[in-house]
Amino acid sequence: MKIEFTLNQQPIAVDVDPMQTLLMTLRQDCGLTASKEGCNEGECGACSVLVNGQLVNACLLPIAQVSGNHVQTLEGLRQTEKGQCVINALLEAKGVQCGFCSPGMVLALYVLLEQHPQPTEQQVRTALSGNLCRCTGYSMIVDAAFIAATKGAGLW
Amino acid sequence: MDTVDARFKWLEANGEAQYIADRHYDGLLEGRFYRSTCSRGYIKAVNVPELPDGYYLFSAKDVPGTNRLPIVVPDWPAFADTEVRYIGQVILLLVGPDPLVLEQLLTQVSVEYEPLTPAYTVAQSKALVDGAIHNQDNLFDAHQIDKGDIEAGFAQAVTIFEETVTTGYQEHLYLETQGCVGYVADSKVVIEGSMQCPWYVYHCMSTVLGHQHIRVIQAPTGGGFGGKEDYPNIIAGPLAVAVNQLRQPIRVVLERREDIAFTSKRHPVEFHYRTGVDKHGQIVAMDIKFDLNSGAYFSLSGIVLQRAITTATNVYDIANVRIQGQAWCTNTVPTGAFRGFGSPQTCFCIESHMNHIAQQLGQAPLAFKQAHLLTNQSTTLTGASIFGELVITDLIEQSVSASQYLAKRAAYAAQSSQGAYRKGIGISIFQHGCGFAGDLEDTLVKAKVRLIKDQNEQVTILVSNTDIGQGLVLTFRQIVADTLALPLSQVDISVVDTDSVPDSGPTVASRSIVIVGYILEQAALALKQQWQVGEYQEIEQDYQKPSYHQWDQINYQGNAYQSTSYGVNVVEVEVDMASYEVKINDAWGCYDIGHVINEQIFNGQIDGGMVQALGYGAMEKLELNGEGVFAQKSMADYMVPTSLDVPRIQRSLVDNPYPYGPQGAKGGGELTHNGAASAFVAAVEQAVGQAFNRIPVTPEVIAQTLTNEPQANIKRIDVAEVTNEN
Repeated sequence: MKIEFTLNQQPIAVDVDPMQTLLMTLRQDCGLTASKEGCNEGECGACSVLVNGQLVNACLLPIAQVSGNHVQTLEGLRQTEKGQCVINALLEAKGVQCGFCSPGMVLALYVLLEQHPQPTEQQVRTALSGNLCRCTGYSMIVDAAFIAATKGAGLW
Repeated sequence: MDTVDARFKWLEANGEAQYIADRHYDGLLEGRFYRSTCSRGYIKAVNVPELPDGYYLFSAKDVPGTNRLPIVVPDWPAFADTEVRYIGQVILLLVGPDPLVLEQLLTQVSVEYEPLTPAYTVAQSKALVDGAIHNQDNLFDAHQIDKGDIEAGFAQAVTIFEETVTTGYQEHLYLETQGCVGYVADSKVVIEGSMQCPWYVYHCMSTVLGHQHIRVIQAPTGGGFGGKEDYPNIIAGPLAVAVNQLRQPIRVVLERREDIAFTSKRHPVEFHYRTGVDKHGQIVAMDIKFDLNSGAYFSLSGIVLQRAITTATNVYDIANVRIQGQAWCTNTVPTGAFRGFGSPQTCFCIESHMNHIAQQLGQAPLAFKQAHLLTNQSTTLTGASIFGELVITDLIEQSVSASQYLAKRAAYAAQSSQGAYRKGIGISIFQHGCGFAGDLEDTLVKAKVRLIKDQNEQVTILVSNTDIGQGLVLTFRQIVADTLALPLSQVDISVVDTDSVPDSGPTVASRSIVIVGYILEQAALALKQQWQVGEYQEIEQDYQKPSYHQWDQINYQGNAYQSTSYGVNVVEVEVDMASYEVKINDAWGCYDIGHVINEQIFNGQIDGGMVQALGYGAMEKLELNGEGVFAQKSMADYMVPTSLDVPRIQRSLVDNPYPYGPQGAKGGGELTHNGAASAFVAAVEQAVGQAFNRIPVTPEVIAQTLTNEPQANIKRIDVAEVTNEN
């Protein structure tokens, strides 16, 4: 089935099984591998992408539901000033260890800062709670939110 | 900040790092394992469907070399041949282009077994129903240490405490599942993938294939924690057989449920303590017995056993000790390496036992522990003198001061027992031996490193140690750059590829910095002395055992580890007395890792290790069901901490440079996992007024314990009374 949507600001059409997940479509059909498969059941957040600005688990979303919508992945976000602000903050905070959760974390931090340009620790932790990290214990990723809020003052 | 440092992990943060599942290979085929559905039995027949064109099947019959993977001893078959020992054991590898077709084919395979009665627990293993699984007695390994005179020690005791303390399985849950791709390049069978120890994979491939036209390359690795020490061999063995024959690229990446169900886990342990206390409240004898459930194959259990035995008394100086540890074969998933490698189990169990004895004696746990600490004059459990200065008392002072432990402990002891929320605070003291056990660095590993300087004065580090998230790539570069007085940008590190890096040993045992980092520092010093501007230069350096380090591997006497790091954790909790949910309000970690090289990198280890240990103590339940497989099957039911479950860790260090470590550093990666489970449980115990003798302490466990008749798990025997009765 042919499905049309917007991917990182560009119109795209794919011809796949409508029940195929957005994650598989991105990784296999679109060649975009920043979104990772960590569990394939919506538990870990490694596959996080934005659909119409909302953070979603791409592994749970059938591609048919994406039809006509706007999808943004880290490949798109990293080309924006806000995306680079979050990425630089995450690196400065040493919030990347193995890096497998990092793309999802960058997207989660971005959504947080769009909603709360000056977040509290509790708001940050709530925003990240759908994204598991097994390496960092989270604090340095939380720090990244504050660094991005400060260094990106005016962006958010 | 150094711009190179700021760009460290740049590719990962930008989503550009190519993990194994992200890589493109022309003509890539997929591989799927057919795994045993029988816990124990003989394979009578394997019935396979007719394969469509382009689909292939591999079994033990296709192994050109030896069908046994040489992990420590060669017992684990690449493909099960005559027998199966656990549900999930690899019997076949199916290969072909379409994963859906492979899944269908897997459902059409059937294996006829002649089943035997399986043993899932240590008790069942000892019972030998239907004979032994391994040798004549199911005993993989056993050792004993005797220190002092145990009988004379107990003769001084007025009170004896007996207690059993147990720990459960733990799943690594690295965010990236296990996976490898094999292909042929330049007539070599190449395997690249997510792994900690490429040379281990190399040796397994060489054994299975019977030749050395082999190459192993580490891909960016999405977490390991020990879980990618042995299991990549289990994938690479069968995969190498298929690639060797088909000469086409093949990928095996495990799905999450497969990874949780069948990859190695932390050993569950049951410690039995019998501890004698004299009339002054001093421990005079400890008789310790414990059993490890090693699962179906030996893998790394011998070394886990050795660590658990040689550190069984933790940071305490006990005059008379007997320790007997045994590792048992069962029909379950083999247990293997997991951050701490026996120490998180040991530290939790003895710290809990010490807390419970103190409670029974009416003493404060911390004061009781302080009265038994190792000092610079102590002889260790394995008969060695203490090398260097001990700073355990400084760690305690710093932790107590930062956390206000004593004031809070007193305040929470006085809180109302009727409150809807109750608070508690707990403390743990612990150690971790750095590097391979005993002197295996010298007798077994013999690490080698290489530095190359090119004509443009750029230096490249060649070692086999892998960055699996812990950041050693940056720390290694920093060691070499600092020694050579070069900017970090002038020092690179090679991809770990067995075609180019020497065998500097595996990435395990908190050895990378203290052992390999030190050899790198020596190599850099040599290069500095010989530096010739504009010349290409190569420096190789081998491990040299420090002269003080003596070890008897037969009798477990001498320095159990080349060096030991120490730590103190404090955890503060609040328990909802209606739901028994526990909120971890605060956690402190104070460490002696010698001299820290990159504090920010080590802070990441503190945070990650402590949070993993809090999960181990509080929520990470992994239990076998009646069929010998894990009841928890997915990330939905194996719970690890989220950002909302844990506080910001309050970290600190005590500087205590170690003369045989790079810049004075010792090991630290595993140490951070050893203490938090015990401190957490001690805090919960204070809050709810009940002792626990197993982890995890989940809300369900608290509810069950408090709902049933609350009782001490520890048995107290007053020796004087026994004598009178006699």
